[in-house]
Amino acid sequence: MGALRSLGRTFLAFLAAVGRLIVFALEALYRTVRPPYYLSHVGRQTIEIGYYSLPVVGLTAIFTGMVLALQSYTGFARFSAESAIPQVVVVTITRELGPVLAGLMVAGRVAAAMAAEIGTMRVTEQIDALTTLYTDPFKYLVAPRLIAGTLVMPVLVLVADIIGVFGGFLVSVYKLGFNGASFLQNTVNALMTQDVVSGLVKAAVFGFIVTLMGCYHGYNSRGGAQGVGKATTNAVVSASILLLCFNYFITELFFAR
Amino acid sequence: MTQKQNLPPKIRVRGLSKSFGRKAVLQGLDLELHQGDSLVIIGGSGSGKSVLLKCMLGLLHPDAGNIEIDGTPADRLIHREREEGRAKIGMLFQNAALFDSLNVWRNVSFGLMQSKGTSARESREIAIAKLASVGLAADVAELYPAELSGGMRKRVGLARAIATEPEILFIDEPTAGLDPIMGHAIDELIVACVEKLGATALTITHDMASARRISKRMAMLYEGKLIWDGPTRTIERSGNPYVDQFINGRPDGPIQGNLAGVD
Repeated sequence: MGALRSLGRTFLAFLAAVGRLIVFALEALYRTVRPPYYLSHVGRQTIEIGYYSLPVVGLTAIFTGMVLALQSYTGFARFSAESAIPQVVVVTITRELGPVLAGLMVAGRVAAAMAAEIGTMRVTEQIDALTTLYTDPFKYLVAPRLIAGTLVMPVLVLVADIIGVFGGFLVSVYKLGFNGASFLQNTVNALMTQDVVSGLVKAAVFGFIVTLMGCYHGYNSRGGAQGVGKATTNAVVSASILLLCFNYFITELFFAR
Repeated sequence: MTQKQNLPPKIRVRGLSKSFGRKAVLQGLDLELHQGDSLVIIGGSGSGKSVLLKCMLGLLHPDAGNIEIDGTPADRLIHREREEGRAKIGMLFQNAALFDSLNVWRNVSFGLMQSKGTSARESREIAIAKLASVGLAADVAELYPAELSGGMRKRVGLARAIATEPEILFIDEPTAGLDPIMGHAIDELIVACVEKLGATALTITHDMASARRISKRMAMLYEGKLIWDGPTRTIERSGNPYVDQFINGRPDGPIQGNLAGVD
């Protein structure tokens, strides 16, 4: 009986949390589209989310492309399908690994930083201070981050796609003995618009999810340094899980026929 | 004084109640503040002083009752002001709540730039003038909050609160975290600023020395209600055992507070 009760309580708490998140998201969206707009903040967040994530995302992409080529080679050699490597690399990177890995890396970097910054502002009453100084904290803090995250993430993923394919190219040509020109030719032939577009749509959604979770957990953090620490952890974990969840459904939307 | 009483009150609180879970923090609180009043609300830690202030600022929504500031409900006031670009309320937070990411002059002129769209150059000049009025030199303007001492942060916070020349000033624990000398200086600064602005001031504190210096009128919050309200000079003769115990800081008396640490 006790176990059942705690299960029920956990489930209700979960539903309440989902409800709060949805209300927060809708309120954020509503206030994002209404003036005033803080364009300089959008610019700053774009640099923070996009530009400063480039090294992390680039490194992730290049090693992923490299290992993809290597693994495919050793796997496909069993049924002499090594020639499919360019296709495998480009399709896997653009459809899946580019957006997902870039998203996860950005979740770790950006959602954590946002939750910590906004959370600290919350516990030191800076968010209350914003309100008393005629500023809507949603428009000032949340909206620029959501806009920047949603817009800049596709660009970041495009860069990751290119670097990832380049990683596959490097390993294929310099280690596995492929001909560079024919590798590129095969890559271009295999690539379809839909592969890239679906990846970029995912990227935009992931950018929104990551920044939303960072803002949500920061905005609702309570109780000093410990609360901010908890908000940071929750932001990264929930952003990552939601991202993987949405990844499946967007894939289904694009490719399940 | 009689003339003042004929005017409608600047702030009118009626039957204000607010609970968190099962804990009833405010239980039907009534309060009136007239133009030019300087009221200090005293009360123990956890007596609901901050909750009252947050309700007045429109940051918390009361469960029952209403707060009117110049006839406008408080929770709507702050949004309406934002749209009209008016500045009616200034607030000095307990730990100043300065924006870490902005330097001092941008902090001070934040409200001006947001509400009136003042240009950066003009805002900086106004900020430096406001800093001077709280006893800070112009070279502080370029520093960041992390580089300031507690007393300086408080001064900057006060400069920020008065920068928009508000009609009402809310002050949360003016002396918290300051040494007695610095606390005294901040109190005098607050009194001077309030007089200069001709503002209505509402301060919450549990520091009796500070309360006596700032207030013209005092009220005590206990168990969600104001149990005493009167001119500061009469508080010694309040005849109220709760007030007596509190202002003299006696551990025994009718207030069986949270000495055991139970909330």
